[in-house]
Amino acid sequence: MSLDLLTPEFLIERDRNRCIDCQVCVRQCANEAHSFDAEEEKVVSKDEKCVACQRCVVMCPTHALSIRRFPLEFRENALWTGRTIKDIYKQAATGGILSTGMGNDKPYPIYWDHMLLNASQVTNPSIDPLREPMELKTFIGRKPEKLEFKEGKLITKLPPRMELDVPILFSAMSFGSISLNAHKSLARASQQEGTFWNTGEGGLHKDLYQYGGNTIVQVASGRFGVDPEYLNAGAAIEIKIGQGAKPGIGGHLPGEKVNWEVSETRMIPEGTDAISPAPHHDIYSIEDLHQLIFSLKEATNYKKPVGVKIAAVHNVAAIASGIARAGADFITIDGFRGGTGSAPLRTRDSVGIPIELALAAVDTRLRDEGIRGLVSIISASSIRNSSDVVKAIALGADAVYIGTAALISLGCHMCQKCNTGKCNWGIATQDPNLTKRLNPEIGAERAANLIRAWKHEIKEMLGGMGINALESLRGNRLMLRGVWLSDRDLNILGIKAAGE
Amino acid sequence: MLLREGEIRIPSGCAISGIMNKKGQVFSGEDIIKSIALMHDRSNGLGGGFAAYGIYPEYAEHYAFHMFYDDVTAKEDVEHFFHLNFVVDGSDRVPTRKVKGIGSGPEVWRYFVKPKEEKLSELELSEDDFVARLVFEINDTIPGAFVVSSGKNMGAFKAVGYPEDVGEYYKLEEYKAYIWTAHGRFPTNTPGWWGGAHPFTLLDWSIVHNGEISSYGANKRYLEMFGYKLALQTDTEAITYCFDLLLRQHKVPLEVAVTALAAPFWSDIARMPEDQREAVTAIRNLYGPLLLNGPFSIILGSRKGMMALNDRVKLRSLVAATKGDFLYVSSEESGIREICPDPDTVWAPKGGEPVIGLLEGEETL
Ligand code: SF4
Ligand code: SF4
Repeated sequence: MSLDLLTPEFLIERDRNRCIDCQVCVRQCANEAHSFDAEEEKVVSKDEKCVACQRCVVMCPTHALSIRRFPLEFRENALWTGRTIKDIYKQAATGGILSTGMGNDKPYPIYWDHMLLNASQVTNPSIDPLREPMELKTFIGRKPEKLEFKEGKLITKLPPRMELDVPILFSAMSFGSISLNAHKSLARASQQEGTFWNTGEGGLHKDLYQYGGNTIVQVASGRFGVDPEYLNAGAAIEIKIGQGAKPGIGGHLPGEKVNWEVSETRMIPEGTDAISPAPHHDIYSIEDLHQLIFSLKEATNYKKPVGVKIAAVHNVAAIASGIARAGADFITIDGFRGGTGSAPLRTRDSVGIPIELALAAVDTRLRDEGIRGLVSIISASSIRNSSDVVKAIALGADAVYIGTAALISLGCHMCQKCNTGKCNWGIATQDPNLTKRLNPEIGAERAANLIRAWKHEIKEMLGGMGINALESLRGNRLMLRGVWLSDRDLNILGIKAAGE
Repeated sequence: MLLREGEIRIPSGCAISGIMNKKGQVFSGEDIIKSIALMHDRSNGLGGGFAAYGIYPEYAEHYAFHMFYDDVTAKEDVEHFFHLNFVVDGSDRVPTRKVKGIGSGPEVWRYFVKPKEEKLSELELSEDDFVARLVFEINDTIPGAFVVSSGKNMGAFKAVGYPEDVGEYYKLEEYKAYIWTAHGRFPTNTPGWWGGAHPFTLLDWSIVHNGEISSYGANKRYLEMFGYKLALQTDTEAITYCFDLLLRQHKVPLEVAVTALAAPFWSDIARMPEDQREAVTAIRNLYGPLLLNGPFSIILGSRKGMMALNDRVKLRSLVAATKGDFLYVSSEESGIREICPDPDTVWAPKGGEPVIGLLEGEETL
């Protein structure tokens, strides 16, 4: 071993009484943590290679393996934790930027867990979703200020919009950062559950054009895979300005991940790095964004809603208001805990603000300006379960995007190594030996199950509040109360404290 | 100290009743008092009130302001404010009599006014918009003053007490109207503030309401975008503004307003003919935030008629009846039979299905 001063993060424990040296683990671990010692005729492990993805643990036929955190080896120090020290070792050894995958894992406050929902008692009845209709239908798109009627007939034409059976969409994750099988799984699940998935910035694989009716095609700074056919293939277009995991910076898909299929879909040569610049080089101001929105509308004959995705940064409310006025049909706000295929560690962990505060601030601002009714807001990042969805909608979102939760439904075990291309679960990788581990039919079923399960739970909670249509929850912050929050937090969230 | 309405949200249950004569013939307040008195048990003595249309024929084109004053300063401030903005052609103390069931309350005054021309042209507002704005301003900025009603040829009479006592207190047997609506209140907690009783009014609109809507927070925040200030934090106030926004400001047909507030279910919309499906989908899409979710029955009154409406799953009782030129609606059938023992027709309207009574010659409320 070179002298990089690193100690293992995890400890691989093999119960020798159970291990039958079948070498399943050797074949399963793309990180090569397990190997077969031919001389000794037994399987051995290297702790330092393990990322705790749990693949071998799940696959071992005799349950001989367990993975644990490596016992604390540094002397306790609140400031200089093991993690901080190791980061310095890594940079001292390489001189490079620290890179990571998945969302911010630091213990910042999780505001969802500081907001509680209401339920009806006596003065108005709760509603049983098993007996009564319970409506979650949601529209995403622009709306006119009012409807006009002539002789009782509607004469206002409504702009194009997406119609969702549940207020949950699958977040943008590009082909390249995740596998084609992962894309297939999400596309099929969307079709099955009456919702939408998002291509991310890597284009749309030709096999997936058939799911166009449930697809949001993304246009990002690299413009990968963007041509008229692509723009017209989807049900909506999303311009990606920023991403919660890495606000202010672009993206980089290393050449190793650009196999021929990725290359064809992204429309770049095989094996070349795909670099998305930090800004769109044709958007340096809000007027430029306005132009891009309308170029895309022109290109699609004003038949598709065009939205804009931004990262939640400090003055997100003012930016969102500008975007609404620039003609966007929906605004996606991505919080600082949003996932990523790869991001510089320091950016991921310290740039941006929590989605709960950003969402509340944007909704409030647009209402103060009287324009909240005109655009839709999709809240993205850190939605872990159905009650997070309900809380986001009560704060003011029209719908939410889920990314990480969707990948977990496909089998992701949150090892946070998506950037390495060695995802043992066949998700964040292009290695054919790994991608075949994710069966798109099973994947679609599991992702669809998750949506369905959450749908049932959302209906239960709505019924409990005495509400039978989701629009009556939207922005209904009286349904929320805060616990353990400062007055300032409550004020920004626009909610009362529990007991008030 | 208990907070009064506007400082806290107080849910309540209730009784409602309404009578109208479609030909516009006026009749005294005795019947409506009898009807609401019969449903005594649906109230708890913490609020009662009436709206009456056609009571001021001599001032038919004036805005009739009914005011509550907590003290003399409030009265002086409002009168000063009136003289700045209006031509005041008449004013007096609203006549009352001592009644056992009604405790001490605010001073009740009324004014018959017209907006000053120069104010209208200065602000480029229609008369109604101007008056509505001033109503908000008074309630918002003049402490101790509350606008009880502000429509033309109509007035609201309310107090803390049982509705039949309130009727007696205001001598309603001496007024003659072609539409009467009434309300008896059962709030779950209240410090007993007169302003908090129903009906709630704005311009010609009056609402009496039974129920508690769970969508209040969503309704309120949507209305606020259009400049409404929900000073009382009550459902009734929100419902009044929903109608005002749709009917007066956005000028949509009455059926459209009803569709927005008590929307049909998507499963029913799917079965509608295409034209209608498209329109109803657009209404729900756009005016979804105005959907009144949760139990309610209401009677909306205006100079042109009245409408009774239930929530879309009918979680509150509501009965309607006709007899000759009269239309009756009430929380209970007994409230109708008490004053009209032998109606021509009696029915229980379905959830979301409005009972609309228009004065002859009128097309909408
Ligand atoms: S990286 Fe995953 S598969 Fe490899 S040893 Fe660790 S847990 Fe097992
Ligand atoms: S997608 Fe794969 S690499 Fe990324 S966190 Fe999940 S299991 Fe790990």
